[in-house]
Amino acid sequence: MLGPSGSGKTTLLRVIAGLNAPDRGRVYFDGQDATNLPVQDRRVGFVFQNYALFKHRTVGDNIAYGLNVRPRHSRPSREQIRARVAELLKFVQLESLGSRYPSQLSGGQRQRVALARALAIEPRVLLLDEPFGALDARVRKDLRRWLREVHKETGLTTIFVTHDQDEAMELADRVVVLNEGSIEQIGTPSEIYDQPVSPFVISFVGEAVALPVNVEAGRVTFGDRTLHIDTHGLRSGPARVFFRPADIAVATNGAGELEGRVESLRRTPAGVRATIAIDGYDQTLEIDSPLDQAAALGDRVPLSLANARIFTVSDTKTDYVDAGEGI
Amino acid sequence: MTSPTLAGRHARRFKAPSVIPGFGVTFGYTLLYLGLVVLFPLATLVWRSSGLGLSGLYQIALEPRVAASLQTTFAVSFLAAGIDLFFGLIAAWTLTRYQFPGRRLLDAFVDLPFALPTAVAGISLAALYAPNGWFGAPLADLGVKIAFTRWGILVALVFIGLPFVVRTVQPIIAELETELEEASATLGASRLQTVVRVLLPPLVPALLTGFALAFARGVGEYGSVIFISGNIAYVSEIAPLLIIEKLEQYDYAGATGIATIMLAISFVALLVINLIQAWSRKRFGHV
Amino acid sequence: MSEIAVESFPRIRTGAKVRPVTQDAPVTRYLLIATTLVFSLTFLFAPLALVFVEAAAKGFSVFLEAFSEPDAIAAIKLTLLVAAIAVPANLVFGLAAAWSIAKFSFPGKSLLITLIDLPFSVSPVVSGLVYVLVFGAQGLFGKWLSAHGTQVIFAVPGIVLATIFVTFPFVARELIPLMQEQGTVEEEAALTLGASGFTTFVTVTLPNIKWGLLYGVLLCNARAMGEFGAVSVVSGHIRGLTNTIPLQVEILYNEYNTVAAFALSVLLASLALVTLGIKSFLEWRHADALAAGGGRH
Repeated sequence: MLGPSGSGKTTLLRVIAGLNAPDRGRVYFDGQDATNLPVQDRRVGFVFQNYALFKHRTVGDNIAYGLNVRPRHSRPSREQIRARVAELLKFVQLESLGSRYPSQLSGGQRQRVALARALAIEPRVLLLDEPFGALDARVRKDLRRWLREVHKETGLTTIFVTHDQDEAMELADRVVVLNEGSIEQIGTPSEIYDQPVSPFVISFVGEAVALPVNVEAGRVTFGDRTLHIDTHGLRSGPARVFFRPADIAVATNGAGELEGRVESLRRTPAGVRATIAIDGYDQTLEIDSPLDQAAALGDRVPLSLANARIFTVSDTKTDYVDAGEGI
Repeated sequence: MTSPTLAGRHARRFKAPSVIPGFGVTFGYTLLYLGLVVLFPLATLVWRSSGLGLSGLYQIALEPRVAASLQTTFAVSFLAAGIDLFFGLIAAWTLTRYQFPGRRLLDAFVDLPFALPTAVAGISLAALYAPNGWFGAPLADLGVKIAFTRWGILVALVFIGLPFVVRTVQPIIAELETELEEASATLGASRLQTVVRVLLPPLVPALLTGFALAFARGVGEYGSVIFISGNIAYVSEIAPLLIIEKLEQYDYAGATGIATIMLAISFVALLVINLIQAWSRKRFGHV
Repeated sequence: MSEIAVESFPRIRTGAKVRPVTQDAPVTRYLLIATTLVFSLTFLFAPLALVFVEAAAKGFSVFLEAFSEPDAIAAIKLTLLVAAIAVPANLVFGLAAAWSIAKFSFPGKSLLITLIDLPFSVSPVVSGLVYVLVFGAQGLFGKWLSAHGTQVIFAVPGIVLATIFVTFPFVARELIPLMQEQGTVEEEAALTLGASGFTTFVTVTLPNIKWGLLYGVLLCNARAMGEFGAVSVVSGHIRGLTNTIPLQVEILYNEYNTVAAFALSVLLASLALVTLGIKSFLEWRHADALAAGGGRH
């Protein structure tokens, strides 16, 4: 589940876990209605944002907690619990740290303890609430790779909440994009990236530049320029066109749809990013070009556009309706 | 399966929905216990005094002995809180900012007036300042009499009120960022200017709160005062003592009247403290 | 050379170490420390020291004799009894109040906290008086009580009630901010792992608040054993029956039995010292496990 902060990801996750009650709608686990099932009986492996480790218990006791609180008749024996804890400690690569307290661990280690604790109860679903939010970039990368292995090994359905699109794109089979409390799009990472269904999705996932345009009788105009974009019968009126920076290129044949002047250049890992002011309009575009094809500062360049997505602007201006695919 | 408008059910709920159990029992018990132990008896006092009416209260307050005791109580409490304010600020600053041998011990002892039973404090102060006491004797040689005068009350109330000021101001001093002082110095301020213009203003709400707490405690104080004050009518008799005397004479109306006046003052003090803190939160973001 | 520097920066003193701007001048520092020391010696240490000196004034055997008095023994027993009822009662209340206030959100919370604090701002004498007005001979239930042959005022129940009133906020006051600070996330984690509400409280909440709880109980107990004003109003001062230690101290002192009065005071002063000691230890060792700004009263 991907979305900016305040978009309702965590709330949705807590509803699934049974920590919050839904105002409307129902929660199903494997087709079974779990809406009225108390949190204790849902068997969800919930990993909290700041881990919520019991700070007065050792790592081992934290992991054993879910087994120790079971009613006597279904509680495993002490030896079984000890064995299970050892197994989980090994699984999360913390074999030697079972008797430490959470405060003696690093952030990444705590993260893994939290996961082991959640796995100990053999959950039906694993729920991760921004699990890497408090960690630094390098640790995040490592844990990401590790989490994918965990997923492969356990085969557990896992719901992962994040505001980091790279994380979502790398980890997920399916991405749910949330915004202001509602779901904008559900799809595979490539569907989300290549076929975004709303202006929000296209601008939140990956980078995009937007141009305000007008649609009239199947023609898309930007000022006095006509853009070659298929409108798919889009309603006439103001609209916005979105491009990925990679989809705007310096036209090689000299006849671009737009023209502009290079205002600034910035080196990026892949090449050069140029900020281009469009002639005659108070509008800039950013384009990426390979190192050897970069324009110089102040150059006037013709631009050609590909893979545009266009959304009409409704009366309320913030609301977008309908979607059509570009060229 | 129909779910009867869950949204509507939540909207009418008193508390926000939560998965944590036990609200009903603990909240119910809290209200019941609070009601029985605190609110009901206090309500009885208010109900009893409503029988007297405002004019009745006024008459009780104007009885010369009552008026004198109220005046003594409030005037001395105010003065004592002022003294605590001054020395409390110095103590809080010293204990927070300086390192010196015995600091930790001294810091712990600031709470002595909270911990020492008032009766013990009372007889001890009385013995200290009696004409033959450790402090009383040399003072008597100078012609100063403390015990069995209003000054005795003052001594007891200064003792009792000190921790209120220190413990209210201390955390705020600890929170003051040294960067503020450094900033002030880089802008050319002298140390005195820094203290007056940068360090003291954020302490004002805490100082006022500490003053109000010390004052309120002083007004109600009984145990530590009655031994040293000598309880001379019209001179060194405090209002709480008069309540007890009225009770001993079965003058319930009189006792109720004085108690109501004192209770009203307590509430005003409480209100003032809350207002200071609300203002401070708004202005400085802390209490 | 240095002369040039002195000319252009008139306040530079060559060779002198620059004092950090956040430090006061030594003169100020010594003056303030001296003031604090003198003030606390006269106002804090002297009264405490005097208690022990006076108690020992006539020798150790006279000091011990004070504790063999039947009235003194009765007073000690009564004090222990009163604390043994009042402290657990307020402990249970404090836990319930803190749980409902800190772990849930509902309207009127700050009003409720103010009401819980109320006994702190009521004069002890008034605290005693309100119970006289409810249970006394001329009180609300006075007739009914005497008709049933029970007595509350001038008897042990009244002393217990007045003590409960006076020590009412201590535990709740310490626990509420502490539990608010800790939030509900650990409890939620326990619930997702299958723990019941009660198990969660015992295995997760209680260990997290144990130091704060001890702190609150300690202060509550010190006040319960030392309360004078409120108890004085409801006790009736019946020797050997309704006198707690502080009341016995008063009587002995008024009878000019100074050594005995201070001997019993030694008991209470020692309790205060132990309380302060543990309190300071907790603040020093477990500062993070106590509520910020706790121990104001």
